[in-house]
Amino acid sequence: MEKVHISSQFDADLEAVRSRLLQMGGMVEQQLRNAMAAYITGERELVEQVRSTEDSINMMEIELDDRCTHLIARRQPTAGDLRLIMAVIKITTDLERVGDEAAKIGRIVGQMHDSGIAKLNGFSDIHVAANMAVGMLKDALDAFARVDVVAAERIIKQDRQIDNEFRSLLRELITFMMEDPRTISTALGVVWIAKALERVGDHAKNIAEYVVFVAEGTDVRHSGGPADTAL
Amino acid sequence: MVIPMPNATPQPAQASSIKAEIRDFNFFYGNFQALKNINMGIEEGKVTALIGPSGCGKSTYLRCFNRMHDLYPGNRYEGQIVFYPDNTNLLAADVDPIEVRMRVGMVFQKPNPFPKSIFENVAYGLRVRGESRRSVLEEKVEQALHGAALWNEAKDRLHEPAYNLSGGQQQRLCIARCLATDPEMILFDEPTSALDPIATASIEELIDTLRGKVTILIVTHSMQQAARVSDFTAYMYLGEMIEYGKTDDIFVKPRDKRTEDYITGKFG
Repeated sequence: MEKVHISSQFDADLEAVRSRLLQMGGMVEQQLRNAMAAYITGERELVEQVRSTEDSINMMEIELDDRCTHLIARRQPTAGDLRLIMAVIKITTDLERVGDEAAKIGRIVGQMHDSGIAKLNGFSDIHVAANMAVGMLKDALDAFARVDVVAAERIIKQDRQIDNEFRSLLRELITFMMEDPRTISTALGVVWIAKALERVGDHAKNIAEYVVFVAEGTDVRHSGGPADTAL
Repeated sequence: MVIPMPNATPQPAQASSIKAEIRDFNFFYGNFQALKNINMGIEEGKVTALIGPSGCGKSTYLRCFNRMHDLYPGNRYEGQIVFYPDNTNLLAADVDPIEVRMRVGMVFQKPNPFPKSIFENVAYGLRVRGESRRSVLEEKVEQALHGAALWNEAKDRLHEPAYNLSGGQQQRLCIARCLATDPEMILFDEPTSALDPIATASIEELIDTLRGKVTILIVTHSMQQAARVSDFTAYMYLGEMIEYGKTDDIFVKPRDKRTEDYITGKFG
């Protein structure tokens, strides 16, 4: 049987923080999907949805920070509880930043459609990067929910792939621009979107690193390989 | 110096200097074994906290360091508590418990000043030692009261009864009484559980200033207190030393599940 706290209210408070964070994660994930769907379909409504979700996400960030502050003040958490709360505070920040990236994509898509620039014909590689980024974020949140270190470590390694994907996208877009200068405006928009997706991958990686911290108490940040070299 | 590695309870890393080494230590109240096979090294000049649920043996263990259990028949020590630098086993039959108590002072849960003046309380240990020169006594009393952060409050009332002091002041007086005999180690048995938060904070501050000068062993029921004041923490359960390590590690990532459950307040 999983041990519980002598104080059932403490258990309830910790559980509330955990599930609220996952709820925030779900919202951010959906916002990112909407932003990419807006890119594909050009629906104004989706762009508007992405924008309005950002406000809710920001409010959730404030609420979660507040809950964590009160938990620390009232319960003086230690060991696994302390690590969980530290992780929630950090993950909240990462999720909020992912929300910002999604909002940024939404704005770029809005501008692209407003100014009537056409999509790049046959250019679909951005979807690969988008699926990768959304998948990583979802997996990182799942790993957090299950405190799954193995999955977390896999996600940390995956970040390299998304960085590579971004670099190859960039090369491809440069080729487009050189071949036909009329595509420059669109291509630049796509570069911004790609960069935002690459950042989402970084945030997902951060979340995975906090999962390792929650589970094992080891800080694996800034410990592996050369620093991010993409732009 | 060889430091024993206790079963599953590693020593503090990079032990700088060991004040006391506990080897294969057991303690019995008659037939009941209260402490089981404890091995640990206590670092000199550091604060080591003993935590654990009621009845785990932490106070029993603390009292072994100044042979308090000698007072009752049927109590039995096994193993050694070796003090450095002189390599004396405090538990050896030829070691006088009075001598041990000169080296190892103790402060209890409730302040227990003697029904004497403030001055005489602090001078008591020195007089027991045979010191009667007024100038030496005065100097030592002042020093000890300074050491216990009580001088400013007590200097104008040294000859008033100690009972006139507040609870927190009385506890600091007991610490001054300990300090007067220049002990190498001070044992604190829940020194603040009878004090309000302000008096508690001043005792904790005092423990902080004693760090480096004297080796401190403290039993506390307040885990926050252990986390605040100690350099090392030992978690005891049912007479065993479950985990012993740096306080920073014990409170952030304890190795043993039982430690984790205790400090996070879990059961089941």
